[in-house]
Amino acid sequence: MLDVKNLYCERDDRVLFRQLAFSLTEGQATRIQGSNGSGKTTLLRILCGLNTEYEGEIFWQGSPVETVRSDFRNGIFYLGHAPAINKSLSPLENLRWFCASRGIREAMSIPRALSELGLQGYEEVPCYMMSAGQQRRVSLARMKLVNARVWIMDEPFTALDKRGVTELEEILASFVKSGGALLLTTHHPLQLECPLDVIDLDQRAGRGSVS
Amino acid sequence: MSVATTLGLGAVMMATVRRELLLAVRSPGDIINPLMFFVISVTLFPLGGGAESNFLSSIASGVIWVTALLAIMFSMDSLFRADYEDGSLEQLLMSPQPLYFLLLAKVFSHWLIACLPIVLLAPVFAAMLAMPDQAMVPLVLSLLVGTPTLCLLGAIGMALTVGLSRSGLLLAVLILPLYIPVLVFGTGMVEAAQGGLPYAGLLALLGAILILAISLSPLAIAAALRISVN
Repeated sequence: MLDVKNLYCERDDRVLFRQLAFSLTEGQATRIQGSNGSGKTTLLRILCGLNTEYEGEIFWQGSPVETVRSDFRNGIFYLGHAPAINKSLSPLENLRWFCASRGIREAMSIPRALSELGLQGYEEVPCYMMSAGQQRRVSLARMKLVNARVWIMDEPFTALDKRGVTELEEILASFVKSGGALLLTTHHPLQLECPLDVIDLDQRAGRGSVS
Repeated sequence: MSVATTLGLGAVMMATVRRELLLAVRSPGDIINPLMFFVISVTLFPLGGGAESNFLSSIASGVIWVTALLAIMFSMDSLFRADYEDGSLEQLLMSPQPLYFLLLAKVFSHWLIACLPIVLLAPVFAAMLAMPDQAMVPLVLSLLVGTPTLCLLGAIGMALTVGLSRSGLLLAVLILPLYIPVLVFGTGMVEAAQGGLPYAGLLALLGAILILAISLSPLAIAAALRISVN
């Protein structure tokens, strides 16, 4: 679905990766590995179109992403470091706007998505009154609402408790089994019951300075 | 996976306006602060310049317009700051919906929250500055048509500086020069009315500037935001 060819990125005179090529295909999870500062987040943001300081080509279903922007944005879901949750609003209000901003008619799916993430009873509670883990769950509930076939997730397990981690692993595995493509970074020992690829940025990096 | 049928553009914009208004209700400072700034600054002029009514009425249109303009500029900070910090801005930029209309809805809500109260309250303070009655309607009209342009231009500057931790003065340096045409035509219109002259032409000019701002500035805001999150 998403093909990356010959990707090159440098930051502060340091090559993060060069000649990086991989494909995200249906029913496949891919994990990006690398030490702190190796460019994991940068890579994810490049794929999402948030970072444009790179060289190389990214294809969405065979066409360059620049030519199929709207289609591409419909097809991917990005979970970043920041929760993208406004703390003055309740989970319900946050997700309602998230759905609307993506043009999704939410129907009655938001309360269900929240309860699947273990937040039943918290729908109307302002997010600033919730713990970090609960806010993370609100953020994660968005993946239940979008119709994206590619999920790009940056450290999705942060702040989750043990049960939350297991539940999220189950959700991710069932998403991949249903034909989704998953790309994630995590420092957590992953136990996904689905095919898992690993991209190691430490090995791909041109260490040292740009000459 | 949920059943996702798509919403129309109008509904998307309405949802955005609803969210912004809800946020303003939750943190009323966004409504009250610009208004209080306006009220206090306007009050300072008679205190500092003397309360003689001839003098006051000669500076009234300028005072009202300049303080309204500064209040709007200072209010811009709340437009993208929170969204930038909590990551909502990234999600907004990745929305499959046209960013142009999402941003237009956002700026429009900001105008409702921060500017409309000032526009509505302006005649009271114009009366305090001894502005003649025949200039009141033109004053409100000029602000009504002029302030949305100020919001749109301010949003460009804010979008460019939202990534910086302290952007206040830089924002002023960036966007105050852009405010000059609106200020000139706005005060010119009120002064014309004060002098008993026709002002429809100047109102039309302000309207033309607004239409230009509506059609072009969302594109600039979008481009600036993409640079800021990069």
